[in-house]
Amino acid sequence: MIALTIDGKKVEVEEGSTVLEAAEKLGIHIPTLCYHKSLEPYGACRLCLVELASSRGSVIQASCVYPAQEGLVVKTDTERVLKNRRIMLELLLARCPDSVRLKEMAAEMGVGEPRFPKKNDDCILCGLCTRVCEERMGVGAISFANRGSERKVSAPYDKHSPICITCGACKVVCPMDAGLLSEISLNEPRPIMSEYDMGLSPRSSIYIPFPQAIPKVAVIDRDTCMHFLKDACKSCENFCEAGAIDYEQQDEFEEVDVGAVVLSPGFEQFNPDLKKELGYGRYPNVVSSLQFERLLSASGPYMGEILRLSDQKHPKKIAWIQCVGSREVERNYCSSVCCMYATKEAIMAKEHAPNLDCTIFFIDMRAFGKGFDAYYERAKELGVRYIRCYPSSVKEVPGTKDLRITYQKDDGDITTEEFDIVVLSTGIRPPKEVRQLAEKFDIELDKHGFADTQSFAPVETSRPGVYACGPFSGPKDIPETVMEASAGAARAMVLLKDERGTLITHKEYPPEKDVSGQEPRIGVFVCHCGRNIGGFVDVPGVVEYAKTLPNVVYAEDNLYTCSTDTQENIKEMIAEHDLNRVVVASCTPRTHEPLFRNTCREAGLNEYLFEMANIRDQCSWVHMHEPEKATRKSKDLVRMAVAKARLLEPLYKGTLKVNNEALVMGGGLAGMTAALNLADQGFQVHLVEKEQQLGGNFRHIHTLLSGDDPQKKLAGIIERINSHPMIDVYLQSEVSAVEGSVGNFKSTIRHDSTEKEVSHGIAIVATGAGEYEPTEYLYGQDKRILTQRYLEEWLAEDKPELQNAKSVVMIQCVGSREEARPYCSRVCCSQAVKNAIAVKNIHPETDVYILYRDMRTYGLLEEHYREAREKGVRFIRYEEDQKPEVSVKGNRLEVSCVDPILNLPVRINCDMVVLAPAIIPNEDVDEVSKLFKISLNQDRFFLEAHMKLRPVDFATDGVFMCGLAHCPKSVEESIVQADAAAARAATILSKDEIEMEATISVVVDENCDGCAYCIDPCPYSALTLIEYMYEGDIKKTVERDGALCKGCGVCQATCPKKGIFIRSFKLEQLGAMVEAALGET
Amino acid sequence: MADEDFEPVIIGFCCNWCSYAGADLAGVSRQQYPPNLRIVRVMCSGMVHPNLVIDALTKGADGVLVCGCHPGDCHYIDGNLKAENRKEAIELLLEDFGIEPERFRLEWVSASEGPRFAEVVREMTEAVRALGPSMYKT
Repeated sequence: MIALTIDGKKVEVEEGSTVLEAAEKLGIHIPTLCYHKSLEPYGACRLCLVELASSRGSVIQASCVYPAQEGLVVKTDTERVLKNRRIMLELLLARCPDSVRLKEMAAEMGVGEPRFPKKNDDCILCGLCTRVCEERMGVGAISFANRGSERKVSAPYDKHSPICITCGACKVVCPMDAGLLSEISLNEPRPIMSEYDMGLSPRSSIYIPFPQAIPKVAVIDRDTCMHFLKDACKSCENFCEAGAIDYEQQDEFEEVDVGAVVLSPGFEQFNPDLKKELGYGRYPNVVSSLQFERLLSASGPYMGEILRLSDQKHPKKIAWIQCVGSREVERNYCSSVCCMYATKEAIMAKEHAPNLDCTIFFIDMRAFGKGFDAYYERAKELGVRYIRCYPSSVKEVPGTKDLRITYQKDDGDITTEEFDIVVLSTGIRPPKEVRQLAEKFDIELDKHGFADTQSFAPVETSRPGVYACGPFSGPKDIPETVMEASAGAARAMVLLKDERGTLITHKEYPPEKDVSGQEPRIGVFVCHCGRNIGGFVDVPGVVEYAKTLPNVVYAEDNLYTCSTDTQENIKEMIAEHDLNRVVVASCTPRTHEPLFRNTCREAGLNEYLFEMANIRDQCSWVHMHEPEKATRKSKDLVRMAVAKARLLEPLYKGTLKVNNEALVMGGGLAGMTAALNLADQGFQVHLVEKEQQLGGNFRHIHTLLSGDDPQKKLAGIIERINSHPMIDVYLQSEVSAVEGSVGNFKSTIRHDSTEKEVSHGIAIVATGAGEYEPTEYLYGQDKRILTQRYLEEWLAEDKPELQNAKSVVMIQCVGSREEARPYCSRVCCSQAVKNAIAVKNIHPETDVYILYRDMRTYGLLEEHYREAREKGVRFIRYEEDQKPEVSVKGNRLEVSCVDPILNLPVRINCDMVVLAPAIIPNEDVDEVSKLFKISLNQDRFFLEAHMKLRPVDFATDGVFMCGLAHCPKSVEESIVQADAAAARAATILSKDEIEMEATISVVVDENCDGCAYCIDPCPYSALTLIEYMYEGDIKKTVERDGALCKGCGVCQATCPKKGIFIRSFKLEQLGAMVEAALGET
Repeated sequence: MADEDFEPVIIGFCCNWCSYAGADLAGVSRQQYPPNLRIVRVMCSGMVHPNLVIDALTKGADGVLVCGCHPGDCHYIDGNLKAENRKEAIELLLEDFGIEPERFRLEWVSASEGPRFAEVVREMTEAVRALGPSMYKT
């Protein structure tokens, strides 16, 4: 090693280093234009001049080529140095007066207008391009030609080079953005487009695929990397200070023995390139919906600003075109999600710019999911325009690059409108690789390439033990996908129940040191993170400062505090200095806290005696131009962390014994399916049904569009339930009281006047839903006016009334999608289609009309909608404010409505009117909600913990839901959700004990006066008001259920008396950090 | 007018799941913002007791920024909405203490909004700088 002094600071560098590299190690910035880490130094630009002290006075030298020597004394900031640099820059600026980079540097270094004659060149002869071409790419297509003032970079004979490989490296390194490449190569380098940004922005060949990638490390794209293509470059190696680049890494093959396989290959976006008439790929301002999603994203190509691709201007009008690649002759299915994502994108776009005009062109608005119709209504209120028309083409307006769409208005007139951006709502299709996948696993696919599954086994493929979930088996939204994922796990767990837990290994830790009563002895470890922190923050300075803080007995700096050898070092220091608190100042606790806590544990220190100061992500990286202020802030952050560390206490995760029996409320299809799955997994199940027989609403379903026989299936399920040794069935019973929480519930089941108490670890709410009894359309006044449910029974029995009917009118949305019930009942459209087809099959001559508002035959059901049309079923749309009217005319019925396409009244004489009534929540939902402290949504269906990601969980741990109690859904969807609920329940039931969070709330009884302010705000119902006798008086206080509390701290912030706090986030601890931030102590 | 050299000290309470992650992302994407913020990590914006805010402001902080997840995104269901409900109470307290309302802010920043986090800090720093030092500053 060589020791030298730069600006009064000592530094040690390896032999062969240059003065510039030594200065960089100290974090001293020296300007340069011709230096590049992966190229030989060249000394061309002369901006990196420094002053070297020597016996004969000081000399000025270019630091990038001057070798570091023992004892060398360097000055980088003397007036002489700065003056020389300014002259150099002035000369360069005179040569290239238009260079943006030079102008910026001139402003920074205080260089004004050059005094030398100006030359309009775009090259400063830094030689980066010639060097990278020769040294890194091994091509040597360009070099310097001519001498003196004629010197320039060119290919031989000033012609296009025959050997240039158009890698673009010269373009990348050029500080002047000179257009050299076009003179050398006939080809143009094509940027590598980011897959994550859907081709809207470029990326490099070594890259982190997306901001939330786990693990968040760079990968090399071997298809574009010059090293893998041409055995060249390897530049990235020189930039990685951790030395983590490994070009020799190979794919590894591992063989694992498994008992079940879950396939979830996802979906692919329909390639909008196939829709040339809509302008995709031809016009820059036509984008796909996923591209628009990136435009909206804060991490997207324009940082969340919505800009047109053609001119980076803010759009004023955006149009969405629905059903691109869906509901077509070839792809005769609905992609299920596009109506809602287009609505979401429009709402978000309006959040970006409230005056933005958003228009959605659609065929049917399929807002069939939970809460979707309300969202659709909200979009309309916000001013999103919905136009029921599928434009046949998009044309670009020459010059402006605006887009012209011709469409039919509601009143039938044809009009043309111009938009700034057109978004194509591209559909979902199976990924290309599924055919290969299906072959490998020997499973059947349907004609579209989706996994072939059965109505009663929606996640099972044609091969036992191989399960399919997510859009692999058909287009679906996030909640359905998440449910299917859990359902797949549930089915697999039945197979694997005997092997459960056999692959778990437990790590051994040394016995823990008792630190109680000890004065804090804090060790502070400050990380350089290579140059990530060290390059901008004076790390040794921070260490010295840390040593002055109270209770800090040891401090050191590390090149990488997270490296394996540093962990060993931390453990040694804990032992050597008898540390009982550890502070690491480095990156973010979100990624590295677990690592350092584990190190503490390995050193016998309680893992909660650890605190982190985030001096990289929240300091050095965000204050790169203010090293002094960044250093001061780092010291503040360390002081804050030390202040908190002083108050840290050892914490332990409590455990709770788990009762592994289950209670399932509701013996309909969902409840029975969940019960059977849990019983098949080996758990005892108590199945409670209020009726005198099992089956619920499923008893009224006689046919399915898939052709399967529901009643046969029902009989089979009931038979299995009754004969299953692990299921106790309680008919005509109800749960009258529930005590306890996750892992340990005690419920009272009442049957007539007898009561029985059962203990269980979890509960599944599958209490179903009811059917709305219509008060409209003369229902109940004429027996020829019936509901779909009765029609289905009539069809099953082939009633004579049907044989005589010449004309049948079906009316949709009876009681749904209106003020009283603003939600969609989801299944009625497909039920009407199913029954209409059945009528046509039995009596082809019977006229069948379906009066609808939007046909919501989503997903693969679309096919049946077409089948119905092919069979002659007539579909007439009506508007909410122009509902059909039913009247009795002689011995026939008459239905009149207004056809919005013809804009004319229509009268239909018919023999039967069939209504599709809404699915409505049960009347007893309030009681169930009180029993388990679970919530209802506005429509009085049960409210899940998260609409998208936790669709079967409640906010209250240990309680799950499935079936119609959650929201209207089909038979298949109920089965999936029931299995999903069973899988979620099994995550608790399969454990002997559950671990509780350590950082949860603690009630301070002496401060709590039982005011109960904290009880309602608790999102997990973890707090209860209790009373007990204390010194002859009634004392009120709050009790916390450790199994339910998640440590959010809402209680702590609500309590006016410091009666409750969160461990590790006590008011005192947070307050100490604030005080430390404000003052020196 | 505010002193040219005045460097405000702003205390930030950022929730672990969204805003603290958003602040990290600002770093990862090298978004530069003024070095006046000192972040205290909390599990949820709903955890921040009004007293913490008032104490900070009366002990010399020039501003307090509370950041949580966007409504609907809260890791603890709706802790952020509870923070929002408390905002009014905090504003009343500020009035009692004679503290300018601009010195306290509640903002929603998601884990993917690095640029937004930087923007919020820039805006707040400039707003507080314009107000000048807190009257409680010794």
